[in-house]
Amino acid sequence: MRPIVRDALGVGVAVGALGLSFGALAVSSGLSPAQACALSLLMFTGASQFAFVGLIGGGAAAAVATALALGGRNALYGLRLAPHLGHRGLAAHLVIDESAAMAVRDTPADTRLGFWSTGLAVFGFWNLATLIGALAGNAISDPSAFGLDAAAPAAFLALLAPRLQGREPQAIAALAVVAALVAVPLVPAGGPVMVAAAVAMVVALARGGEGAGGFGRPVAGEGAGTCGGSPAGLGGA
Amino acid sequence: MWGAILIAAAGCYALKLAGLSVPQRVLDAPRLQRVALLLPVALLAALISVQTFGEGVDARAAGLGAAVVALALRAPFLVVVASAAAVTALLRLAL
Repeated sequence: MRPIVRDALGVGVAVGALGLSFGALAVSSGLSPAQACALSLLMFTGASQFAFVGLIGGGAAAAVATALALGGRNALYGLRLAPHLGHRGLAAHLVIDESAAMAVRDTPADTRLGFWSTGLAVFGFWNLATLIGALAGNAISDPSAFGLDAAAPAAFLALLAPRLQGREPQAIAALAVVAALVAVPLVPAGGPVMVAAAVAMVVALARGGEGAGGFGRPVAGEGAGTCGGSPAGLGGA
Repeated sequence: MWGAILIAAAGCYALKLAGLSVPQRVLDAPRLQRVALLLPVALLAALISVQTFGEGVDARAAGLGAAVVALALRAPFLVVVASAAAVTALLRLAL
């Protein structure tokens, strides 16, 4: 099995299992199992789903609005993925944190493989787990007891690490971390990632305007050179 | 309930599709190329910090620490992920 596909299945199992929590929470929030499953099948973006079932008791408007605010992040992912993905109508449904992160590869072919294998793996396991969680309710134990909520950040870190060679990516990453954590108490869930991305992009563009003498220019070479095969190399190491 | 579910789901799908539907000529602009290069770094860094520390410092922080150690030891991807989950779970068990 290709390392990218194997890694995608691992992320799919770990992240998908959190669907157990979602299914159980949805039913305890007053949704039927069918409604819980419909959310996982049709909305398929975890943070929005959790927010939706958490807020639906207080009224549909707030639940819908917050789910959409959280989903805005996925539009941002699409900007980077757009040049690489065909079957846009189908691909769009699978654009989530994990598929976008696992698509951070150096060649178009690996980008596609990372995206589709992760998107499909998470989709399969997430929906299966939602069904089980919705039917079993609180009878099953909380997947976070197994530390599965730490799996996604660890996976993202493994993807980020090889990209942190050079001062500019390091500075952008540090800025994004600070901006996101400062934003956490100030904006609704899901907002911090977008705030961080916006701040980082503004700074990157401002630096890019400094011209060839600035530190901005070598980045293009960095992207093509130092990152070569690194994420895949992690998988195969 | 069903109405709210379907509206929110349709909206979330539309957002995903909107990002993928930005025309290629817009994406080809040099400034956007530069953004596209650095955006994954910013998004990954933000996601990691929010998903780990967004609810305060808890067992997940130790899990991320384990992932850092595993990465420094050049462990395979799935070992990095599994060690983060295992350390987080064990710490929760212990506390």
